[in-house]
Amino acid sequence: MDLDRTSATRRLILKGAGSVALVGLGFGNVPALAAANDKYPEDAFKQKSDADAIKALYGKTAEASDKVKLDAPEIAENGAVVPIAVTTTLADVSTISFFVSENPNALAASYVIPAGTIPAIANRLKMAKTCNVTAIVESGGKLYSATKEVKVTVGGCGG
Amino acid sequence: MASTIRVRATANGDTTEVQALIQHPMDTGFVKDAQGQIIPPHFIQQLTFEHNGKAVFLANWGTAVSKDPYVKFSFKGASKGDDLKISWVDNKGATDTTTAKIQ
Repeated sequence: MDLDRTSATRRLILKGAGSVALVGLGFGNVPALAAANDKYPEDAFKQKSDADAIKALYGKTAEASDKVKLDAPEIAENGAVVPIAVTTTLADVSTISFFVSENPNALAASYVIPAGTIPAIANRLKMAKTCNVTAIVESGGKLYSATKEVKVTVGGCGG
Repeated sequence: MASTIRVRATANGDTTEVQALIQHPMDTGFVKDAQGQIIPPHFIQQLTFEHNGKAVFLANWGTAVSKDPYVKFSFKGASKGDDLKISWVDNKGATDTTTAKIQ
């Protein structure tokens, strides 16, 4: 058990380092942000890891914030239907996106929130296995995130 | 054919709560059928909600959204009896549109 946890932590750290490096590489030449317009962000949906997907969608990294409240179950019995909701007290929200880190493609859904729409969304996502779900809220041009681990008993991606 | 979109939009003061349920297989492209053939991806890519010609909500979806997707959100500025237009388009170019009255 303890061993497991250490290796998981190490993986997280490595992942974090990787994403920092990626962002460093991609920084200067990020074109118009995919999430900022109404076009379908096809590229972002094809990315395998959440760090890559976040980069493809927004071109920047998110900081964790307690103003983003992610509502997801501790244990999802059926990975095909996991109810996930997010609310935030942040003002001036333009987009909200959901990432499931261990899915074949990390980006699950991205919502555009025009002015006048309340930044609170509930939806249902598929999860391949137990992993972290991240919600990213874009507010005033900055990214804020909340992450929660959801334990999945039966995966939802078939195979 | 009956619409694939079921919507309930309820106005409560200034805020309108919208719940939508859409019938769609949302195939990921990772699942095989009984014959062992891969079921090709088939999923809704964009879902839009319009009120008075103005987009109030836009969803970009990938394959990780559950089958028969459900979404809930709220927006301001509508009143009872207004029309809410909902439409989706999937990766095969199929679309469906419906208009709901805000209750």
